[in-house]
Amino acid sequence: MTLLTLSDLSVGAVAIVSSIAQGAHGKGLATRLEAMGIMPNKPIQVLRKAWLGGPIHIRVGTTTELVMRRQEAKNILVHHSQTPLNP
Amino acid sequence: MICHPEPSPLNTETSLKRAVLLGMPNTGKSTFFNRITGASAFVGNWPGITVSFMQAEVTINGECAEFVDLPGIYDLNGFSDDEKVVRQFLEQFPVSLAVIILNASQLDRQIRLPLQLKALGIPSVVVLNMVDEAERFGIKIDPEKLTQRLEMPVALVSAKYGRGYFRTYQLISQALGSAVTPAVGLQTIGLQTVSPPEISAQTLEDMLAGAVSMPSQAAITVTQRLDAVLLHPLWGLPLFFLGMFGVFWLIWQVGLPSQDLMDQLTGWLQTTIIEPAVSPFPLLFQSFILNGLWGGLATIASFVPLLVLFFMAMAVLEDSGYLSRSAYLMDAFMARLGLDGRSFVMQMMGFGCNVPALMGTRVMRSQALRWLTMLVIPFSLCSARLQVFVFILAAVFPASQGAIALFSLYVLSFVAAICTAFLFQGIFKNDEPFVLELPPYRLPTLRQVLLRGWGEVRIFLTRASSFIALGCISIWLITSLPIGATGLDTIGGRIGEFLQPIMHPIGIDPYLTLALIFGIVAKEVVLGSLAVIYALNPTAISQHLSENLTWVQAYSFCIFCLLYTPCLTTFVTTLNESKSWKFASFTLVFSFGFAWACSFVFYQGTSFFQF
Repeated sequence: MTLLTLSDLSVGAVAIVSSIAQGAHGKGLATRLEAMGIMPNKPIQVLRKAWLGGPIHIRVGTTTELVMRRQEAKNILVHHSQTPLNP
Repeated sequence: MICHPEPSPLNTETSLKRAVLLGMPNTGKSTFFNRITGASAFVGNWPGITVSFMQAEVTINGECAEFVDLPGIYDLNGFSDDEKVVRQFLEQFPVSLAVIILNASQLDRQIRLPLQLKALGIPSVVVLNMVDEAERFGIKIDPEKLTQRLEMPVALVSAKYGRGYFRTYQLISQALGSAVTPAVGLQTIGLQTVSPPEISAQTLEDMLAGAVSMPSQAAITVTQRLDAVLLHPLWGLPLFFLGMFGVFWLIWQVGLPSQDLMDQLTGWLQTTIIEPAVSPFPLLFQSFILNGLWGGLATIASFVPLLVLFFMAMAVLEDSGYLSRSAYLMDAFMARLGLDGRSFVMQMMGFGCNVPALMGTRVMRSQALRWLTMLVIPFSLCSARLQVFVFILAAVFPASQGAIALFSLYVLSFVAAICTAFLFQGIFKNDEPFVLELPPYRLPTLRQVLLRGWGEVRIFLTRASSFIALGCISIWLITSLPIGATGLDTIGGRIGEFLQPIMHPIGIDPYLTLALIFGIVAKEVVLGSLAVIYALNPTAISQHLSENLTWVQAYSFCIFCLLYTPCLTTFVTTLNESKSWKFASFTLVFSFGFAWACSFVFYQGTSFFQF
């Protein structure tokens, strides 16, 4: 099981959230991301990436969609799922 | 329904039961609040708390209770100012009942909030809103099971369409009936601070297991299909700008004709009621009433239909979920200016009115990002300035070119903001994270859109009645005194002439200079003041302007008006929000210098090539 960050995933790829690193923004951002639904063992999918290094559009769980910068996405550690969400 | 229709002075040691509405952003909390409080809501301020809340007093179960709409929060332990404010409120003020609004389709993560409140021992009712949307996602909820597990009443509702509202109302009414009226906030009963325990993912799962079934796979929804087009990396932005142009076209084609109707109405009122009524009085008094008071008010009235239309369009953009998507679309660009997508959303809000946009910058945590955003927001072409431009451009341009000229001012408004952000991003350095929720696309209801249009106009008219009437009366005074003087012999004319060395190089004559001075009080006053300065009704002013102004002068005037010193209310808000005289004064001086420079370049440049 190799750990990747959310920003490493390519568009359409599904992974499972492992943990949230505290990163440059500390615990505040980690708590916020958790309240927004990015919790361990949740499926997470990259829906699209904006051009020119813009933000990424993700879905976590089945009903929550978020956008965040690639910088923030680097704090989210994920691993590949055994059973893909959308085969 | 309503026990006190008038805002009553706040009594923090109230004998009333107090219910607070709590919930995450995008859960329809305000829609629910509107439903339960009707039209009685007002803006309330609380001692020691920097943010004001919407609140209302409602008779529920034959008893008067106070409802307070607290700001949306993600987590009671959260770091944002809003989250701090909610904690502070719960610590300081007694609360009988918390009504927790959750988005039913995101229960898997939002269930955290009721668990936190439970840990604090605050009696709560859980309202699962947007059940219609949850059904479309294929989510199944067993409210009885949830009620047992949470040990709180749980109701399912669609606040937008009213489904399940009666049952929810009953539950709240029962809970409020059995709730006691607490005398003190949490702080005084031993809980020094609101710090609910961390709630693990496992706890959340256990809470929901068997009571809520989330779909195992994301369905292909309308939202996904729309996003594939609207958030397309290549087509997304052009579609966004096309949409914006569509809104302006609507205002031009529908808003303007509706103004003519209002002009006819106020003109008719003047000739049939007001003129006969003041005729027995001395001429100076007649002039004061007709040209000072009525002239200004009639001009303002003629813009009410335009404002309703504008804010209805804004409501559609916001409620549909497209506004947050525009933040995504613009972020790659905004990040390069040291701003983020949210700055862009606030900038968009600024097109309605700069004041709420400036207040909205509170969502940003980094002071640098907030200040930079607050520096550029006043360049947003707000609805008050729109009135001025629509009027002046319509006077000097043929109809088809008018729309293009107006659009070009919107472009200039963006360009000014971009240049400013670019220039100052090194001074206000931003390291704020950017994470936003994208709600599914939602069909705005007519009710919501009309409520928004009406609500904004009500706020505008409240401001207008004091600011604009005062502005119009003072301008009548300085343009009518000394008694017997006309035009440039009046006090105002002399001020205009005195400023000519500065204003002449940008093509602005003493009359218009005077109107601009009063525009500092509020941009709406610019037009009202023209009515008074020329002592003409709006139609006649339009003719007067088209005969006496070249299009170059008119456009230069518009540029200056767009960029110079924001209105008094904007300035006061900037000061309040930044809590820095130095920063607020800087925004004043900078915008004035920038406005003059832009008008100068345009006026001198165009004059050079034309003549």
